[in-house]
Amino acid sequence: MSKVSTVEAAVQKIPDGATLMIGGFMGAGTPPNLMDELVRQGKKDLTIIANDTARPGTGIGKLIDAGLVKKVITSHIGTNAQTQKLMIAGELDVDLVPQGTLAERIRAGGAGLGGVLTPTGVGTTAADGKHTVEIDGRIFLVEQAIKADFALIAARTSDYSGNLRYLLTSRNFNPLMALAADLVIAEPDEIVPIGCIEPDAVATPHVLVDMIVVKGADA
Amino acid sequence: MNEKEIIARRVAQELKHGDLVNLGIGLPTMVASYLPADSGISFQSENGIIGMSALPDPALAGTNLTDAGGMPIGAFPGACAFDSAMSFALIRGGHLDVTVLGGLQVDEGGQLANWMVPGKMVPGMGGAMDLVTGAKRVIVAMTHTAKGAAKIIKKCTLPLTSVRRVDLVVTEMAVIKPTEEGLVLLEIAPALTVDQVIAATEATLLMPKAPGVMNLAV
Repeated sequence: MSKVSTVEAAVQKIPDGATLMIGGFMGAGTPPNLMDELVRQGKKDLTIIANDTARPGTGIGKLIDAGLVKKVITSHIGTNAQTQKLMIAGELDVDLVPQGTLAERIRAGGAGLGGVLTPTGVGTTAADGKHTVEIDGRIFLVEQAIKADFALIAARTSDYSGNLRYLLTSRNFNPLMALAADLVIAEPDEIVPIGCIEPDAVATPHVLVDMIVVKGADA
Repeated sequence: MNEKEIIARRVAQELKHGDLVNLGIGLPTMVASYLPADSGISFQSENGIIGMSALPDPALAGTNLTDAGGMPIGAFPGACAFDSAMSFALIRGGHLDVTVLGGLQVDEGGQLANWMVPGKMVPGMGGAMDLVTGAKRVIVAMTHTAKGAAKIIKKCTLPLTSVRRVDLVVTEMAVIKPTEEGLVLLEIAPALTVDQVIAATEATLLMPKAPGVMNLAV
């Protein structure tokens, strides 16, 4: 069965209240048509796991603008005044996580690990409520693995089986998230025949990708 | 020469041939402007590249090649791109020689607060906690005071970025080295007196030797 879907049909699979990992860093590497379609279909009460919420009108910022989001687990909201405003007003729950810790928690979730031990955040408010472990005289925080119902990821190129190749700094969290969600929806810039991406250039193996969307594609 | 330029010029002298360096968004980014073209220094951006150049490359327009602030950049030949886990493994794993970050407060213990002002500004820590915890050398590049209020103080009142002691603080007034004994005043800006620096600083400044004068030539 083909993994290729319309953007509309893929987004229809996402129920209100779902937890979504969304790739991207300040909008670069965030799947643009999937964001627009989430807004068009008016999803509600989403929990978003992402590096940042970009800017109003950009990438994940569009979901914030449209009021689709109940909670964000993220490392940085400094560029999005709307996210900060909603958080301060108590209308949006924001869980701030150090960026490297967020990456490793997602990686752990996708790699079958319970979590990771990191020195980052020890002795700061990021350690509140967390266990610590001493190894070779050094203190580490126990940071739990994290998973999601869906991962929405962007890639430069997909083949028809879902092998993904990324481009420069739009790679960021995408390959990590492709491992850590029940259903992985990839939005590449282009789809090419199987065999057109060299095996060594594949950063996300096809077995991880459930759906491939392109704007206007026939399902 | 404005205060940011003074800071950037002085920080640039701390970077050595062969260093892998991460520059924070804002003032720290200016440091790259004061390095010679053949400096042999490579820059990492935590969104996943080593070998970035601050100048956008028109040939790479549309490729989503950005810095950590989302602004278009270029890449030098030999640049390499990677995911966020690799990027932070480089940072946390001791592979990054220097990080240059902005600061809100630094205290007598050399601890830095730079990621939030409760109730007022909550941008999030982004990569700052990992950078301060993991880089081999942490340089804080910040203005000496904020609207007249001291930023170099006895004890940070804002949430800490890390409990690690930073390695150097460079302001438009002084260069200060946090040590086990406290903050050592190493250099003061040209045309300033030690008393002027002390007056603008809440923390006690140690002077085991007479402070030198900041060299701002590049």
